Amino acid sequence: MFDFPRWKVWGISLLCLVGILFAVPSMFPERVVARWPSWVPSARINLGLDLAGGSYLLLQADTSDVARQRLQQMEETIETGLRRMKPRIAIDNLSSAAGRLSFVVRDPAQLDAAVEFARSQTKPVGLGPRDWNVNVFDQNRVEMVPTAAGLGEALENAMSTAREVVYNRVDPDGTREVTVIRQGRDRILVEVPGLQDPEALKTLLGKTARLEFKLVDLDAEPGDTAAGRARPGMQVLPMAEGGGRIAVQRRAIVTGDRLIDAQQTFDPTDNSPAVSITFDSNGGRAFGKVTQANVGKPFAIILDDVVLSAPSIREPILGGQAQISGSYTVQTANDLAVQLRSGKLPVELSVIEERTVGPDLGKDSIRKGVIACIAGGLLVLVFMFATYGFFGLFANVALILNVLLILGWMALFNASLTLPGLAGFVLTIGAAVDANVIINERIREELRRGRKVIDAVDTGWKEASTAILDANITNAIAGGLMFYFGTGPIRGFAVVLVIGILTSAFTAITVARMLVALWLRRTRPKSLTL
Amino acid sequence: MRLLKLVPDNTNIDFLRWRGFAIAVSTLLIALSVFFLVTRGLNFGVDFAGGQQHRVLFAQAVDLDELRGRLGGLGLGEPNVKTLGSDREIAIRMPLPEGSEAAVNAAASRVRATIVQAYPGARPQAVESVSGKVSGELARDGAISLLLAMLGIALYIWFRFEWQFGVGALVSLIHDLTIVLGFYSLTQIDFSLSAIAALLTLIGYSLNDTVVVYDRIRENLKKYRKMAIEPLLNLSVNETLSRTIATNTAVLLAVLGLVFFGPDVIFSLTIGILVGVVIGTYSSVYVARFMLVPLGVGPDSFVPKTGLPAGAERVESHNESF
Repeated sequence: MFDFPRWKVWGISLLCLVGILFAVPSMFPERVVARWPSWVPSARINLGLDLAGGSYLLLQADTSDVARQRLQQMEETIETGLRRMKPRIAIDNLSSAAGRLSFVVRDPAQLDAAVEFARSQTKPVGLGPRDWNVNVFDQNRVEMVPTAAGLGEALENAMSTAREVVYNRVDPDGTREVTVIRQGRDRILVEVPGLQDPEALKTLLGKTARLEFKLVDLDAEPGDTAAGRARPGMQVLPMAEGGGRIAVQRRAIVTGDRLIDAQQTFDPTDNSPAVSITFDSNGGRAFGKVTQANVGKPFAIILDDVVLSAPSIREPILGGQAQISGSYTVQTANDLAVQLRSGKLPVELSVIEERTVGPDLGKDSIRKGVIACIAGGLLVLVFMFATYGFFGLFANVALILNVLLILGWMALFNASLTLPGLAGFVLTIGAAVDANVIINERIREELRRGRKVIDAVDTGWKEASTAILDANITNAIAGGLMFYFGTGPIRGFAVVLVIGILTSAFTAITVARMLVALWLRRTRPKSLTL
Repeated sequence: MRLLKLVPDNTNIDFLRWRGFAIAVSTLLIALSVFFLVTRGLNFGVDFAGGQQHRVLFAQAVDLDELRGRLGGLGLGEPNVKTLGSDREIAIRMPLPEGSEAAVNAAASRVRATIVQAYPGARPQAVESVSGKVSGELARDGAISLLLAMLGIALYIWFRFEWQFGVGALVSLIHDLTIVLGFYSLTQIDFSLSAIAALLTLIGYSLNDTVVVYDRIRENLKKYRKMAIEPLLNLSVNETLSRTIATNTAVLLAVLGLVFFGPDVIFSLTIGILVGVVIGTYSSVYVARFMLVPLGVGPDSFVPKTGLPAGAERVESHNESF
């Protein structure tokens, strides 16, 4: 055990030094660190949301929404596709009830052509089944059933798009340090540090922002519209702010997918806040063509299936630019612009978990936590010195080193320090003490049995090592499980605990032993006070 | 220099003689814990029960009844309002509302808006809202992690020692957890994710102690093959007593710092650890060790099944290599 050749001493010292170097930036304010020369590590420990302040939101996607949209799209594809076939295939009883699409082909001779068209609209998912199954019943009824694989793929696509959209809405300028990650099959986790009021953020995420421009159905009977009945190819939608209902065409002239920009602006007529939008060339052309052919007729601007307004087309809109006005404030107009710019959410999201901590409370927690850590740490240092004297000092050096190494490792791995993590720090001090206590008690015992100093220290260390190892592994099992199953703050606790177990094993077994070995080699004491 | 010795050298306390008393104490504590758990239950926080919790700093002292009435009038359920330290800092808890998963968050937004509007200068310090689904998942994950931690550690001890030691460790864990749960039930301190973290830490700690002593028992079993099991356990406990006391005193000192100076946000975590450390110290002296007697650990427990002929004198060895 006293075999510490020079290279080993240097190696261990170097490891400690690097660890300390990484710990240093976390102990100084950020602006001080920014002025340091570039070779000094500048990575600081991340503060968790409970210390830094901020919002944690867990968003749940409405998966039935994806299935419904998919069914609706297929219904439209089949309806228009079969109508445009040459010769046209006439169908009846098109329905999308019970999560499946079914229709009856009027002329049984056209059944094969209809089935072929339906099949051509499906595609394989990976190497497995296709995304829809097409079946025929009673010689003339076709049924399209979405497969689990197809739905899974649609959900997967919707969620990855939704994640992008959420990211763009939370951080439109890319200046905040936000986290937006998918969790599980149908959830998105959002973390925004330093947020005082999460309500604005929630409003921003709460809207799908599906923008559509559609022509108004001028031939609809007002009675039918009021009752919610639409003619074929048309639909009835509610007007904004309780303005009744209006019938519009199902097919959109142009949708928000074709949008390349949206900005908050002011309506030139009355200077009220509005949103100006710009379409890409395809969208602009389509918009121009339709407005040219329908001058004088009204069209509807629809957001999330609600008609915002239905102005008449005064002249063809050729530049690909349009303006949405209504009763907006600058703030709401700006929010809408952000929502439109970031694109529509392919699926509706709702907040199912929120944890927000204000910056004041975070600061207060840091202050109290640090005081508690220092108080606890000092008590332990005094206790160790009082109990083991000179050997207690070795243990205390190892202990302080341990704290620095944990800080350094956390900075190196960019781990987050949370409030329970601070508690973990204190407990790790306890674990680190334990290793030293086991060793020192064992040395005491061996001395009592009449062993010589060097022999006693040697045996003590050797015998204590297995116990320390076993004890640390059991702790690591608990810490590992906490990390795996825990969320947010609990994870922060587990991170500190596990890193602390590793560093305390290193400092107690290797570093403290080296210090003792070097000391024994130099002084060769005949007796020990322990 | 005179050093502090919490435990005198060469103690020879006959722990075994007090075994009956210890069994009585353990039984009583467990019976009380179960009684509280059954009659009062745990005071589940929003993490596990769902609902919303606010922490608001008001500009001046508020009339709690008025606040209660105002929030109760929202039709979102009965609010639970209490002060935190000062009469300007107030914690508000509301139950899980009826409706969809999103309902609770919408309700939290309404409560927040109501407070900010009705009390100028009020600053929301923290908001937590957890839907029924999420709280169910958190509770499930918490329970799974506790079970896995207990099983994983018992298996590890079985693998490193003998099955009797694994069972002994498991029994002492169940003993400790039940009593700490009983403490949460008695005091009605918020039982939330932090409490689970406290329990998991306690599992690690209580075993830490157990393992150190088991290690010594194993060593002594190999060393003193002729000694009867009961005096051998006594010897092992005595030999490791000063270590148990010293370590736990150190941990206790550190945790006391947290309980008294730490932020109240993590009180539920630190108080659980504090109680756990005390119970764990006791149980590693009595429960984990003397469980080995009825389980039939004997001098032959660590004799390799093959190799040495039966009854061969074993050579004392210090060189265990693992």
